[in-house]
Amino acid sequence: MTTPSGPGGEGRRAVEAVWRIESARIVGALARYTGDFTLAEDLAQEAFAEALVAWPRDGVPASPAGWLLTVGRRRAIDGFRRRAARDERYAALGRDLVSRTSAADDGDLDLLADPGRIDDDLLSLVFIACHPTLSPESQVALTLRTVGGLTSDEIARAFLVPTATVQARITRAKKTLAAARVAFVVPAPEERRERLRAVLGVVYVIFTEGSSATSGDAWIRADLAREAIRMARVLARLVPDDAEVHGLLALLELTAARFPARTTATGAPVLLEDQDRRRWDHRAIQRGLATLARAETVGRGLGAYGLQAAIAACHARAASVAETDWDRVVLLYEALGRIAPSAVVELNRAVAVSMASGPAAALPLVDELAARGAFAGSHLLPGVRGELLRRMGRTEDARAELELALGLCRNESERVVLAAKLAAL
Amino acid sequence: MLIMRATAEAEAAFAESNLPFEEVMEAMGRFTEEMLQAGVLIAAEGLDPDPATGLVVDYSSQPPVVTDGPYGETKELFGGYWIVDVASLEEAAEWAKRAPLAGPGMKSEIRRITSIDEFPQDNPWIQKERAWREATGQL
Repeated sequence: MTTPSGPGGEGRRAVEAVWRIESARIVGALARYTGDFTLAEDLAQEAFAEALVAWPRDGVPASPAGWLLTVGRRRAIDGFRRRAARDERYAALGRDLVSRTSAADDGDLDLLADPGRIDDDLLSLVFIACHPTLSPESQVALTLRTVGGLTSDEIARAFLVPTATVQARITRAKKTLAAARVAFVVPAPEERRERLRAVLGVVYVIFTEGSSATSGDAWIRADLAREAIRMARVLARLVPDDAEVHGLLALLELTAARFPARTTATGAPVLLEDQDRRRWDHRAIQRGLATLARAETVGRGLGAYGLQAAIAACHARAASVAETDWDRVVLLYEALGRIAPSAVVELNRAVAVSMASGPAAALPLVDELAARGAFAGSHLLPGVRGELLRRMGRTEDARAELELALGLCRNESERVVLAAKLAAL
Repeated sequence: MLIMRATAEAEAAFAESNLPFEEVMEAMGRFTEEMLQAGVLIAAEGLDPDPATGLVVDYSSQPPVVTDGPYGETKELFGGYWIVDVASLEEAAEWAKRAPLAGPGMKSEIRRITSIDEFPQDNPWIQKERAWREATGQL
């Protein structure tokens, strides 16, 4: 969506606000009504397009959701009627829809009235948008569009790709879903837990993309991160008995709480140790800690997101880097390494060990990672190794490592940090 | 922040309407549920509308005059609030429009909550407020 300007701009912004609030429910209700997710998504988009013309002209209707749903349903019936001329199977469907419409003129609002069904609709939307037959990029795009209510333009801006690319991803995703005949239902319980992992993964990817850009010079794209937090809150409402949902939400709240202190006034990155902790968003920290407590209550032990949230909580509770409970952070990274082993976790554990027990204790851990060939071609390992060597007083070795890291680093903001470290040697 | 506001007449009309308690609870509950569902609700509180539990301090003269509240000169009651985390002012307005409040004199006011970071950090009183907020877990 381009920035609204000129006459009608205000009406347009009102339509966009309504769309953000209502689109998921509209798509969900239309999908339940037609039994076809792909069609429902198209119908909702058409209803939205019609609102963009009608509302700035006639004013926002008293029941925006009802209005959008009525238009969507009418379009569905029109479509079925048109196809009915060619296809008897559709004709039967069309007749069915028409009789259901005339039987209950106020049926549009009924479709939205039952909170239990809306919960199911929302959850079905989430599961379909994150369906395993879709590519990760498509899962992200479709989730932001159907659950988050973002437009293709907004998604494109957030991910620094052309709008056409996003549209192509969404079109391809919908074709894939249609070809696989994905039903609009919440998956069976045994399948649900597995699928929920994918859903949480998508929300996490959206957040990380928003919190540390993989390319370009934007250190934080706060809008995207905020959208991920909102979706995690929605999920925590929809699936309150899953510990990892709360773990993820806690992790996102606690991480985002640091955003105000992560950059200087001119947008330059500030490392954790140099951050003014008074600038952290303490309301977000309180929400994060409360949600983490919830995760600990709901589940038998924390999962991968919950453990990361617990690590973030150690930082959030500490008044400074020195006062951080680094022994606990080391333990949490060890636990994380057991349930979700990765080189990144090991590198982070090495950093925590260096804080708890000194750089000399951590260096062998980093060297072991290097010997295994982990992080080949990445600036992360030489960056950490350089920092450890610097703290051990091996200035020349540190310089070599940091220069190596600088040569490999492609993120402009991180390059600034590395260059500053080199200059300070 | 969405602030519920109502004139004395609106409050009186509401009291006289004798809406069943269950109905009022359901309407408010639904609204809360909807905002939770959308992931935007951060906090909400209602305030006691009973005049006997409130006071108004009027600074029109010095020293200020304390009278029975909660209605002030404007005859408007601050009835409660919701704190929402939304993307735009328009989205906040859209949520406010959905609050189950109706009738002449019933209003909602939408205000952005400021952060202490927006004030001059070298001001000693801002620094004192920081210390107080830190000590009470609000910062």
